Amino acid sequence: MSEAKKPVLEVRNLSVSLPAGADRAHAVENVSFTVSPGEIVCLVGESGSGKSVIAFTVMGLLAKALKPTSGEILLEGENILAADESRLRELRCTRMSMIFQEPMTALNPVMTCGLQIDEVLETHTKLDAAERKAKIIAILDRVKLPEPERIYASYPHQLSGGQRQRIMIAMALVLDPVLLIADEPTTALDVTTQAEILKLIAELQAGEGTGVLFITHDFGVVAEIAHRVAVLRWGELVELGPTEKILSRPEHNYTKMLISSVPSIHPAHRGVRRDGTTVLRTEKLGKTYSGNAFFQKARVVKAAVDVDLDIRKGETLGIVGESGSGKSTVARCIARLIDPTEGKVFLGDTEIATMSASKLRPHRRRVQIVFQDPYRSMNPRITVGDSIIEGPMNFGLKRDEALARARNLMETVRLDPNSLDRYPHQFSGGQRQRICIARALAMEPELLIADEAVSALDVSVQKQVLELLDEIRVRLNLAVLFITHDLRVAAQICDYVAVMSKGRIVEYGSAEQVFGAPRDDYTKALFAAAPGRNWEFGKFAA
Amino acid sequence: MLDFIARRLVAIIPVLTVVAIFVFLMLRLTPGDPAAIIAGDNATSDQIDEIRRALGLDEPIWTQFLIWIGKVLQGNFGESFFFKKTVAELIAQRVEPTLALAVCTLIIAVITAVPLGVLAAYRHGSLLDRCVMGFSVLGFSVPVFVIGYILIYIFAIELGWLPVQGYIRIGVNFWGFLERMVLPSVTLAVIYVALIARITRASVLEVLNEDYIRTARAKGLTNRVVLMRHALRNAAVPILTVIGIGIALLISGAVVTESVYGLPGLGRLTVEAVLSRDFPTIQAVILLFSVVYVLINLVIDISYTLFDPRIRY
Repeated sequence: MSEAKKPVLEVRNLSVSLPAGADRAHAVENVSFTVSPGEIVCLVGESGSGKSVIAFTVMGLLAKALKPTSGEILLEGENILAADESRLRELRCTRMSMIFQEPMTALNPVMTCGLQIDEVLETHTKLDAAERKAKIIAILDRVKLPEPERIYASYPHQLSGGQRQRIMIAMALVLDPVLLIADEPTTALDVTTQAEILKLIAELQAGEGTGVLFITHDFGVVAEIAHRVAVLRWGELVELGPTEKILSRPEHNYTKMLISSVPSIHPAHRGVRRDGTTVLRTEKLGKTYSGNAFFQKARVVKAAVDVDLDIRKGETLGIVGESGSGKSTVARCIARLIDPTEGKVFLGDTEIATMSASKLRPHRRRVQIVFQDPYRSMNPRITVGDSIIEGPMNFGLKRDEALARARNLMETVRLDPNSLDRYPHQFSGGQRQRICIARALAMEPELLIADEAVSALDVSVQKQVLELLDEIRVRLNLAVLFITHDLRVAAQICDYVAVMSKGRIVEYGSAEQVFGAPRDDYTKALFAAAPGRNWEFGKFAA
Repeated sequence: MLDFIARRLVAIIPVLTVVAIFVFLMLRLTPGDPAAIIAGDNATSDQIDEIRRALGLDEPIWTQFLIWIGKVLQGNFGESFFFKKTVAELIAQRVEPTLALAVCTLIIAVITAVPLGVLAAYRHGSLLDRCVMGFSVLGFSVPVFVIGYILIYIFAIELGWLPVQGYIRIGVNFWGFLERMVLPSVTLAVIYVALIARITRASVLEVLNEDYIRTARAKGLTNRVVLMRHALRNAAVPILTVIGIGIALLISGAVVTESVYGLPGLGRLTVEAVLSRDFPTIQAVILLFSVVYVLINLVIDISYTLFDPRIRY
């Protein structure tokens, strides 16, 4: 980056106020940074750090409740905070563009992709229909979408997640803006797709000299793409500098803590203990979904095929895979939340795959699940105490005994036992996930299934919950089935790992073997795509 | 798609069977003897028996039912007890005013309610929004006949702009037809405007929070384009559903409106037939309504695919 170039974006002393009654006065306070042409600046921070608020302020798309109170945002020298609505509309997509986290919901589901890009040209240029079409086909080609003509006429739901994000990128870059704001653009994507999209963004911006403001919470992505990094906490900029320096020699304690929390991609050496009794074994487990129809051929989807797994006491088995690989289907079959269509599931010596619902009920207690989203997996109108004791009481425990158990468990998950009469919304995401773990443990299960249980959490909270899960596993000698898409998390918590792809297990072995010397091509590709795989995130004493 | 339509058409058969049995039994089991009504106040019991025999009402209920259903399957709905015409003729005569009323009402309701709802959602919380919502509460709570008489009083009696009652066939005099259609349609439309505006507001409001609305704004589109092109089409499915239910309910609303405005439609025919215990007519009209109801629902379901490409049958 030559220092002589004028920055495309200059944020000076920006403050954005929160409405009265929020937990703090400002969403963003006194933040200053610049983005130069051809430069990628990452805004990194945990949820609530204000990174998205900055992005939306630049675009002029802030929610009405939030108001910029001071500072300037200069886009090529023009102060955006002083621009009126019609000037902002002119600038959007011509000088500054934005792409979003979830390409499925960010595209209008009832309009073809071509028309959605066409709108941009129709609004901002005087090109006629044929010229617009030609330009759109050209940009679709540039973002490397196959068969641009077909994609032009496709609806978003007919494309894959990666293709949809390419459409968003095409839409954002069709008029060659000087600034691209990318708000967690790869967070909702699978790891291999994420790698492709990151590569595409880097290529396009380098080619055109576009300045990129890239928002992420993932240090792997930062290591992969950023030139400079700005670390935010509670709306304040804590550290700003070149990527290499921030990642390897962070100065601020918060940055040190964040980077230290990133799980290593190399498996922790946990030693092999094949001595416990087998808690769960599946034999050729399979799940086939089929629809029936009058005239058409019935649709058959094989969500899981020939899955053989076993977990012993005190062991964690991880199932890793991308979305649609069947990992959650397997977990749900094992818990009999859905009925398997083939194969057997042995819980201890009991075969439960084909057991009738009434016979199964006494065995339900033995398998418990912690789900991904702690915000949605608890009934908001029931106190957490009642949520925890509901299960044990259903299995015959008296209320005061169940409550005593709940108080114990709250201590186990390091929450205040006196907060049992509070409601879920009074807890943070990490606390809620602890409550979900307590709720699962209240049933005294033999097998705990964690289905992406830490995926919705910030990295520092994630670290605490992972440590808690591991501690509980050791203390209760529990068998844990850990479902995740995150290879780093899997490397840290699993004794054994099964890699799934398209409903089948493609590789199964000890974590050390699978991560250290993967044999299957898919596993290798998966690992190769992990962002920041070449970067060993240091552990800093904060 | 064809598969879906075929399945839905087949599903009409059990619906109509149940409706047929139910209506038939209801009519026979409720008090009121058509023979006595036809015979008049001064008839002797012999005369009444004679009429009853002539109408076939002396047979056991199940025999009556089988005779009736057998004829219906051949497309013969029988002869009205009262009007001395075949039921088919009777319905054919009366169908135009009702159809005209339904279509006019629907047009008025949709072209007022949808823009009102969209505006209310866009200016959510504003005075306009509160007025629209207030109007819809009012529209729901005031009975059709009250609105009818108020409108007649203001526009027909006080101002004298429009005729009070009556009907002119569309083929006879188009302006006369329109003049006589305005008040009844507006009367009947009030409740549908309330209903559709409410649903439009709610579903547009929900859509306005979606990510793709944010994307549309990030593209630099004007508010009008964002609202009409992006928000409304995505909000269409619930609105269509309500319009569909509305059309079905129109039929019951038409009974009252036609009486208030003296329109010789199916609604009034139903009232007259019920009052005179004209069994064949009531049965035929209700069967007809059921078929219409099922078909409207089918059309609405199919129309979803026009608005949302993700819906496939």
